[in-house]
Amino acid sequence: MIQIEYILVLSAIMMFAGVFGFMTRKSTLAILLSIELMLNAANINFAVFNRMLYPQGHEGYFFAIFTIAIAAAESAIAIAIMINIYRQLKNIDVDELTKMKW
Amino acid sequence: MEHTLLILLLPFLSFLFLGLMDSKLSHRVSGLIGTTVLGVVAALSYYTAWQYFTADRLADGTFATLVPYNATWLPLGALHFDMGIMLDPISVMMLIVISTVSLMVHIYSFGYMHGERGFQRYYAFLSLFTMSMLGLVVATNIFQMYLFWELVGVSSYLLIGFYYTMPAAIAASKKAFIVTRFADMFFLVGILIFGYYTSSFSFDFAHPVYADGVTPFASVDTAKAVAAGGFILPTALVLMFIGGAGKSAMFPLHIWLPDAMEGPTPVSALIHAATMVVAGVYQIARMFPMWIAYAPEQMSIVVWIGVFTAFYAAAVACAQSDIKRVLAFSTISQIAFMMVALGVCMPGHEALIDNHASLGYMASMFHLFTHAMFKACLFLGAGCIIHAVHSNEMSTMGGLRKYMPITHITFLISCLAIAGIPPFSGFFSKDEILTACMHYSPICGWIMTGVAAMTAFYMFRLYYGIFWGTENKALHAAHTPHEAPWTMTLPLIILSLITITCGWAVNFGSFVSASGADYQIHLDPSIATTSVVIAVAAILVATWMYARESQPVAVDLKEKFPRLHRWAYKRFYMDEVYQYITHRIIFAHISTPIAWFDRHVIDGFFDFLAWGTHKLSEKIRGLQSGNVQWYAFVFLLGTILLYIIMVL
Amino acid sequence: MNFLSIFVLIPLVMLLGLWLARGVNQVRGVMVAGSTALLALAIYLTVDFLAERAAGNTAEMLYTASFDWIAPLKIKYSVGVDGISVAMLLLSAIIVFTGTFASWRLQPLTKEYFLWFTLLSMGVFGFFISVDMFAMFMFYEIALIPMYLLIGVWGSGRKEYAAMKLTLMLMGGSAFLMCGIFGIFYGAGGASMNILDIAHHTGGCRPIAVGEQCIWFPLTFVGFGVLGALFPFHTWSPDGHASAPTAVSMLHAGVLMKLGGYGCFRIAMYLMPEAANQLGWIFLILTSISVVYGAFSACVQTDLKYINAYSSVSHCGLVLFAILMMNHVAATGAVLQMLSHGLMTALFFALIGMIYGRTHTRDIRELAGLMRIMPFLAVCYVIAGLANLGLPGLSGFVAEMTIFVGSFSNEGAFYTTLTIIACTSIVITAVYILRLVGKILYGTCTNEHHLALTDATWDERFAVVCLIISVAGLGLAPWWISDMIGTGTGPIIDVIQSAVALNPFH
Repeated sequence: MIQIEYILVLSAIMMFAGVFGFMTRKSTLAILLSIELMLNAANINFAVFNRMLYPQGHEGYFFAIFTIAIAAAESAIAIAIMINIYRQLKNIDVDELTKMKW
Repeated sequence: MEHTLLILLLPFLSFLFLGLMDSKLSHRVSGLIGTTVLGVVAALSYYTAWQYFTADRLADGTFATLVPYNATWLPLGALHFDMGIMLDPISVMMLIVISTVSLMVHIYSFGYMHGERGFQRYYAFLSLFTMSMLGLVVATNIFQMYLFWELVGVSSYLLIGFYYTMPAAIAASKKAFIVTRFADMFFLVGILIFGYYTSSFSFDFAHPVYADGVTPFASVDTAKAVAAGGFILPTALVLMFIGGAGKSAMFPLHIWLPDAMEGPTPVSALIHAATMVVAGVYQIARMFPMWIAYAPEQMSIVVWIGVFTAFYAAAVACAQSDIKRVLAFSTISQIAFMMVALGVCMPGHEALIDNHASLGYMASMFHLFTHAMFKACLFLGAGCIIHAVHSNEMSTMGGLRKYMPITHITFLISCLAIAGIPPFSGFFSKDEILTACMHYSPICGWIMTGVAAMTAFYMFRLYYGIFWGTENKALHAAHTPHEAPWTMTLPLIILSLITITCGWAVNFGSFVSASGADYQIHLDPSIATTSVVIAVAAILVATWMYARESQPVAVDLKEKFPRLHRWAYKRFYMDEVYQYITHRIIFAHISTPIAWFDRHVIDGFFDFLAWGTHKLSEKIRGLQSGNVQWYAFVFLLGTILLYIIMVL
Repeated sequence: MNFLSIFVLIPLVMLLGLWLARGVNQVRGVMVAGSTALLALAIYLTVDFLAERAAGNTAEMLYTASFDWIAPLKIKYSVGVDGISVAMLLLSAIIVFTGTFASWRLQPLTKEYFLWFTLLSMGVFGFFISVDMFAMFMFYEIALIPMYLLIGVWGSGRKEYAAMKLTLMLMGGSAFLMCGIFGIFYGAGGASMNILDIAHHTGGCRPIAVGEQCIWFPLTFVGFGVLGALFPFHTWSPDGHASAPTAVSMLHAGVLMKLGGYGCFRIAMYLMPEAANQLGWIFLILTSISVVYGAFSACVQTDLKYINAYSSVSHCGLVLFAILMMNHVAATGAVLQMLSHGLMTALFFALIGMIYGRTHTRDIRELAGLMRIMPFLAVCYVIAGLANLGLPGLSGFVAEMTIFVGSFSNEGAFYTTLTIIACTSIVITAVYILRLVGKILYGTCTNEHHLALTDATWDERFAVVCLIISVAGLGLAPWWISDMIGTGTGPIIDVIQSAVALNPFH
């Protein structure tokens, strides 16, 4: 039997991998990936808590699906921005993108 | 006496009209307007004087003081600042002096200023000056006097600076105004003290000068001042005297007057010889009852400053080569005579009639009158000479008697008058002054007699230098000097006629005297003889030294005492002292540091505040880098920290 | 609708008109119509006010009206005028009117310029008609803000720096002022913002405790004092005036600086008489420093506008000096000085602007002999200079003499000494004015560039002549305006003198 802790540990690892990636990576694309990682870690938690603790309800699944939809939209916009930035500046490294700063 | 208002109003209107029309009028028209107005003013003044002096005297033998107009101009709480007209013997006498000299100068200027640029402006300023000077003498209160006092100062400034493209004239006008303004500051403080402690600015209308047994300035409440301490009123009076000393060019405030000769010569005759410069004397005379009642000891300040100035100016005049400068210093010296005469006038409370102690007042006013006439004549004569040779320097003159007979004769008459030779007017007035001085203190009397001798000497040095002596033949051959046109010689003749007659033809003492009562002038034979003998001796010395073609004695003296001559020529370096004070001390050591302090310390402080804020925000700005990864890191750390704090 | 509110309404309508106006001529038309209407209204107000007073109406404020504005905060829009405000309104109207003509040919962005100019004048008029502290403060701010743009955009020289400095320093003053106003409001019980209520403890107001007054008085006084060029908060003035365009300098030195003195008197001293008596001496020393210090500084400046700005420091110092003397005559003198200084500084700045517009330099070392080249401007400049140094017959003399007589009537060596110190300024003023006149107007012009310049145009002549007539009018017939001002300063001084026991020098 897979215990709830195993999955929670997995999601925690995913979450912190995402946090670490978000804070350390220079590439916007990698940051976006890290954000996806964190979102998915949260999704796993939604699913697992629903499945394990409140099997009669469906709110957790709904929230996960909702999040997936929003994440997809958000990635689409983010990638669109990145492509545009890349076209303009030939670079998507966050440290170098200071053109719009004051 | 209602027509007296016109005496003030007409010149003012003429000033406005000429000033506003300016170059829209032709020279001739504006000159005629100015002169006509002045003619009317003079006629009105004579009419006023006639009416005033032919009216019946009061019971105590004085002339009634008339106040045809007096209205509040500016209310100042308990005090009020009035404007009005007050007629008493000295103001009526001044009306005659001012309007006569001014009329002469107006006529004279037709010729002298002929074709000058700014002719209309010149006549406008003359009208302004005449109006202000007339307003000054008829003032009903000390504040009105101060107001017109300032106005004459400004008109003098404008007229000295008439040739505004000449640097010397600009500097001179500036100097004249600032020096007199400096003195006026003391005058103002004096007025403030006087007004505050007596609750009034008014002159006493009821008691004109000083009558036996009557408290002077009876309408002025001096109780408060006396209660505050005996020094209050003397302080106020001495401060006012400093103001008067500035206008009347008493040492050490005399330095502006010689420089003021940069103005057109008729202006020098009107303002800097006959009228404005005697304003200080007039002010003392006006406040005279206060002086003798409350500050009799301080009168000696007036006396000794006057004595020193008279001597100093006479000494300087002996060494000047610019004819107008000689006349300027002689003016200073003669005004000092008037000051001394006022100072030595010490009527006690005993009987005043025929008392030599109270002679000074009358002598001073008498000398003011005669001096105005002959000094104006001298200046106007000098103007004719300058007109003829186009220079002020004596070296360009000499031998001019052949070319300019009328100028020569009138000049000689005035020189004799100022030297104190009978029967010319100066003899009578100066003799009265010397008598008064002798009575006050023999030292003072003898010094003044000596100064009178010096006067005779330098005036004849001047006279011989111009009309006899070494002729500058080269110059005169190139440009032959010629007699001035009739517009210029006519005033000379009129003024010299007055000079010849006014000493003996009228008894001045019956119009003006310390008690206000009729006073018969009589000569003190011993003093009169002494002074005439000394004056004649001085003239003879001057003749011996300067009348001939070659002047060995003068040259010899100059070479024997080079330092003395240079010091006298440089006016004992008084100007340099002032230059030092104004430029070295005030400009370089007060104004410049203050300006620097303002820009660098005070302004620097506010700039520092701005700079500090800017720098601080630059430091803080690093925290808001816009780097989201950094924000997230800090956020995380903060969360952990808060968690730890909460758990613990 | 209250009659006084028209003073604010006209500028509002002018703003609308300017917004709709197309082309320079329409803009000028709106400005001339509006400023003439304001001037006519101010003259009508003066005449009517004098008539009311003559008819025996002795109320402290006339034409009062009050409307709730922000009721929960007790903020009202209250208007009313006394002798002081009427004089100030008349002054403002004259300056706005002549300022319009002085900037007749201003380029570029004429319309925008006049928009801000009108907004500024609206603030000024609003300030003088208000009797509610909050409304006063609001109008005060309305008057300050346009200054930044007017100097920053249309100025000359280091205009950004000057605009920034001026605005920041005045804003700093406003910060003090706001603290002070709220302090007064709550100190008096928080019942009303109306000045009359607070002063007379009516409408639910109680007297402010002396301890509190001593905190709020310096704040309020300094807050207004910054605008009134109180030493050492005056340094915005030289830079600000030097960079501002002509009409803005005129309005600023002529009217805006008067807001400072007016506020000090009407709010700081009137509402906190005990503190004014207790602490007044500190400010009195500062203002006497201002008077002499400004005059000395002006002696060595080389920029025409700097000279005038420092001279303003000296003259405005005299205004504050006189109100701090706290007696009837001096206070009347202070208001006269505000009027006189407003008119003659406006005249000065107008002339400097006109000279600068031709020669493109304000450095007195580069100018000479202008009397021959532009006689009209030069003669007017001499008149302005003479007014400044207190020539009788022009306004300066009347004001200065009233102040000196008034301040001399205070008992005590302290006051006497300070008055004598202040008196020295009349000499120093003569020094710098004559130096200036001698340098730039007299002499011979050697710059052939300048020789080709022309004299004033009709609009400039009109503006200058209007100002000279006002200056001479005040100088020749001072009694009526002095009486009118006296009715305004009287009640305020009475309130202040009721607390005279606290004055350490009495």
